[in-house]
Amino acid sequence: MSLAELANPSRFLALAGRLIPWLAGITALLFAAGLVLVARSPADYLQGETVKIMYIHVPAAWLSMLAYGVMAVSALGTLVWRHPLADVAARAAAPIGATFTALALITGSLWGRPMWGTYWEWDARLTSVLVLFIMYLGLIALWRTIEDPTRAARAAAILILVGSVNLPVIKFSVDWWNTLHQPASVFRVGGPTIDAAMLVPLGAMALAFTALLLTLHLAAMRNEILRRRIRALGLTAAGAAR
Amino acid sequence: MIALGPYAGFILLSYAAAALAALGLTLWVVLDHRRLLKTMAALEARGLTRRSARAAARLAPETAPTAPSLETGA
Repeated sequence: MSLAELANPSRFLALAGRLIPWLAGITALLFAAGLVLVARSPADYLQGETVKIMYIHVPAAWLSMLAYGVMAVSALGTLVWRHPLADVAARAAAPIGATFTALALITGSLWGRPMWGTYWEWDARLTSVLVLFIMYLGLIALWRTIEDPTRAARAAAILILVGSVNLPVIKFSVDWWNTLHQPASVFRVGGPTIDAAMLVPLGAMALAFTALLLTLHLAAMRNEILRRRIRALGLTAAGAAR
Repeated sequence: MIALGPYAGFILLSYAAAALAALGLTLWVVLDHRRLLKTMAALEARGLTRRSARAAARLAPETAPTAPSLETGA
């Protein structure tokens, strides 16, 4: 099935209906495997067992940016190609991205208190991630405020693209500024600096979280298509009643 | 039982937050889907169908469904 064929919401619904149960099963298996690997992983020589927070904090932080990346591509789809599913994809990703961003902030704070001695510091990485969270909330509010879906889609797409400037700021904030947050230790020139004993469970949890994001996003897109169909039917009924 | 050291509370709280986020999002999509299917079924029961479903019914009145399948949208 090509991308053009998927532009048809009915075909997309059929495909999503077939994929979601499989993806949900794969996600559950990946989480089970990931959690076993986390339980067996060694303590860090400095952080002790607190390193176990990293196995959920890091994937949550990655996915907070991945979800926004999906929204940015979808925003291009809305503005440039006027793809019928582009706004559906962006709108469905926003609550999921917001939740993962909140999880990254919460778990980061819970790691920061014992390791840094503080729950929060207004440093570049933490502040830019907080800005990302506020942008997610702003976009959700924007979609809810404008009733006409076409107008809401265009306004949201522009705001998403403006906000995407924050993604490289988050990624490179630890290099550009002197921050409390440690620099990149997985996706960096020269390869990861983490020992394989910790890199493997981290990778497994990242895969599990990514599968969860994919499953939830497909399910939320399916819901969004149904919501728009219901709205259209409601408008038809209201028009006929006049 | 895994020994989590002096900061066990912080570790357990983190995993509880992750579980809450995953379960919360899952419940949100599942319950939303059920509610939307119910609303759609109620609209169809009132005779409201999508344009594509009406066209299909006109083309093949003997075989076409009177309302679109929610899963296929056909």
